[in-house]
Amino acid sequence: MNGHIHNTDDRRELQMARSMCWHCQSEMAGEYFCDRCVKVQPVSKDLDYFTCFGLPRRLALNPQTLETKFYELSRAFHPDFYQNKSDEEQTISLGNSAMLNTAYRTLRDPIQRAEYLLDLEAGSVKDIRTTPPADLFEEILELQDTLDEFRASDRASESASTLRTKLHADRATLEQRQRDIEAQLLQLFSRWDALQDRGEATEQARTERGRILKEMRDILSNRTYVKNIVNDLVATIA
Amino acid sequence: MSRIVGIDLGTTNSLVAYMDHGTPRVIAARHERAMVPSVVALTDNGLIVGDSAKEHLTRTPERTVYSVKRFMGKSLADVQGELAYFPYTLTEKGGVIRIKLGEKSYSPPQISAMILKELKLRAEAFLGESITKAVITVPAYFNDSQRQATKDAGMIAGLEVLRIINEPTAASLAYGLQEKTQGTIAVYDLGGGTFDISILKLKNGIFEVLATNGDTHLGGDDFDQLIADLFLTEIRTQYGLDLSTHPDHMQAVRLEAERAKIRLSDELKTTAGLDLPDGKGRFTRELTRDQLDGLCTALVERTLGPCRLAVKDSGLAPGDIDEVVLVGGSTRMPLVRQRVQALFGKQPHCELNPDEVVALGAAVQADILSGGTTDMLLLDVTPLSLGIETMGGVMSSLIRRNTTIPASAKEMFTTYVDGQTGVDIHILQGERELAKDNRSLARFRLKVPPLPAGVPRIEVTFLIDANGILNVMAKDMRTGETQSIEVKPSYGLSDQEVERMIEDSFKFAADDVSARKLIEARLDAGALITTTEKSLADGGHLVATGNVEAIRTALSALATAKDGTDPRAIRARMADIEQAAKGLTVAMLDDSLKQGLQGKKVSDVT
Ligand SMILES: Nc1ncnc2c1ncn2[C@@H]1O[C@H](COP(=O)(O)OP(=O)(O)OP(=O)(O)O)[C@@H](O)[C@H]1O
Ligand SMILES: [Mg+2]
Repeated sequence: MNGHIHNTDDRRELQMARSMCWHCQSEMAGEYFCDRCVKVQPVSKDLDYFTCFGLPRRLALNPQTLETKFYELSRAFHPDFYQNKSDEEQTISLGNSAMLNTAYRTLRDPIQRAEYLLDLEAGSVKDIRTTPPADLFEEILELQDTLDEFRASDRASESASTLRTKLHADRATLEQRQRDIEAQLLQLFSRWDALQDRGEATEQARTERGRILKEMRDILSNRTYVKNIVNDLVATIA
Repeated sequence: MSRIVGIDLGTTNSLVAYMDHGTPRVIAARHERAMVPSVVALTDNGLIVGDSAKEHLTRTPERTVYSVKRFMGKSLADVQGELAYFPYTLTEKGGVIRIKLGEKSYSPPQISAMILKELKLRAEAFLGESITKAVITVPAYFNDSQRQATKDAGMIAGLEVLRIINEPTAASLAYGLQEKTQGTIAVYDLGGGTFDISILKLKNGIFEVLATNGDTHLGGDDFDQLIADLFLTEIRTQYGLDLSTHPDHMQAVRLEAERAKIRLSDELKTTAGLDLPDGKGRFTRELTRDQLDGLCTALVERTLGPCRLAVKDSGLAPGDIDEVVLVGGSTRMPLVRQRVQALFGKQPHCELNPDEVVALGAAVQADILSGGTTDMLLLDVTPLSLGIETMGGVMSSLIRRNTTIPASAKEMFTTYVDGQTGVDIHILQGERELAKDNRSLARFRLKVPPLPAGVPRIEVTFLIDANGILNVMAKDMRTGETQSIEVKPSYGLSDQEVERMIEDSFKFAADDVSARKLIEARLDAGALITTTEKSLADGGHLVATGNVEAIRTALSALATAKDGTDPRAIRARMADIEQAAKGLTVAMLDDSLKQGLQGKKVSDVT
């Protein structure tokens, strides 16, 4: 099939903020339901996932709080509770539920959460790395060779078994590397959160934010790269 | 809001249940069990369903359809391997299997609709109101086409299917209602034709499915087939008989294999026996539980892989599961219980009847939808990844498996050639890398205004609703116009076909009603004969010999009428018996009262 391109995000596409109830046209003050006619309102496309869950834009997040809010909003939006309502309300319930589920899935996972925040703050579409991170360059080239050799070998042979042992060792190294990257990320997370908590508007703070985001993006793409290599390795020796 | 019933449309048995003041209950017809065998037979009196149809399996095997659920949402090529086992004739039209019954051919949804109608009638007779809305269960691992086929079946049966829910999650609702369980549970559901495993987290009335897996082609039917194959081989070597040319005996072997299997759940050994054709006498064989276990081990092992995957996809280890719940008739097999217990390291639960628990759960979900139950909410997932075919025949995943539903994904499309007016989209479901290794769900052509290449921007939204069924919408981002999409299902009925089948089903309804009247009359007659004979045996001495004679004459008259085809004649003879046996009934009542009430007459006490 042709003509298929990747979704460029329309989240940032400027849209008029919702201010009137779709049903009774009264001014909207309530969050998701109209104060006057109590009808459910479509969640605005501009609303970011953090705001939707009533959370500050931070990378450290209590999973318990997130889950409680997710269940609460599920009870508010789920189509099961709109069976007797109008078609419009059923459509809104379906859309809101789908959005809520995506938001929860994104925020629940630390990596996806960081990627999402990066996207919100720096407008970066995920950076796909095609060359190995500099400090792993040699190792990965060698690993690719070993993998090729192993794929071409007769699995029952002696040499295949030597290669397999080597690949197992490589796997352990790479997995350790992945854990190191994740630890680095966590550190970066707390630096980001601390900076946000201070809420300074100085030039210096702005530079610092930019630096953290850039570093975060690099580390995230290194992680994705290493993860893909590990997956490939695991699939090959399985 | 009118009442919504819950229906378990099973491979071997189907049930209907309703919510009775906060308690789900299954509905049984008079003198019958609640389980309706999922069997449809074409008789001289028309189509019949359930226990009476099951009788025809060995009599008119080529006109008696069983296990139709295995064909839902399938093409003939999908079931090629097992065609030889089915005595009825299967063909295909438009990617959908057709089953030949007499002169006509029916799609699997039409056959399923006959079973659904039977359940609908039962519910109507029992509840005394017309039933038009239902929640129907499907195996959790059913793909989009199989779900859609089930929904079509409901429509053809005259039911608005308000929700399709997954069988293991339905079971968890029934359990949750009863036990108020909290924590992580695994529901292992092995029925007649399908296997499902679902891992759920239960917390404050929320039933959140974490992951699901399964095999929609693995169940008790497959165990029966292994045993039957063993018998058939032995019959061939011992008697030189090839039963495959005797469809009626093939069915008898299958049924005897199933009975032996069921007995071996309680006993350590059993004897299976079968009458052979061509005056070859009788085949008997002792089968031990060990032998059965040996035959079935590989199949039972096949359920464990999906269990491990589901646990892993939940981000858990088997030891993290707090409770294990067994659902489906095949979980009565000791071998299955042992393996499940060993995997999770826990004694599994089976307090609720494994045959009924799914229907009960469907009734609970029906009550949630009608606003009766408000504290419970089921958050289910889609079992298979959904994607589209991209260049090079690769599947690009849009919604991953085990994503909570409703779920949506948006994708932007454009053109590569100036003036191109359409983009073909092929929707797939499955976990494999290449498009051709996954299930094709549908194809459609996106309409694009003729513009220079790359200028059009059409946003397509893929939305999996709460039924696990896909909806597709498209929007031109330049004009803001939405576009309705005609999706052609790869293995399903078109909307027009479903429409026509609904009309057909009304046409046949008239025939069905008379056939049904006859069946009911026969069943009622059978029950009356049994109770009257018992009364004669117990209390015949209490009345005059002349009276006993009169009752006997009336009984034999009823027996004759019952073999006929006129329901009115049967009812008339039944009335005769009731008249003739009046004296006997009163005498027996008096007699039993005499024991307890020291000689008071019936007339005194009432
Ligand atoms: N005591 C028993 N021991 C072993 N197997 C049994 C026993 N009782 C029933 N079964 C088997 O259970 C199966 C029927 O189970 P059930 O009614 O749960 O299936 P179903 O709901 O019709 O099928 P499915 O859920 O797969 O669509 C049959 O294969 C039957 O032989
Ligand atoms: Mg079942």
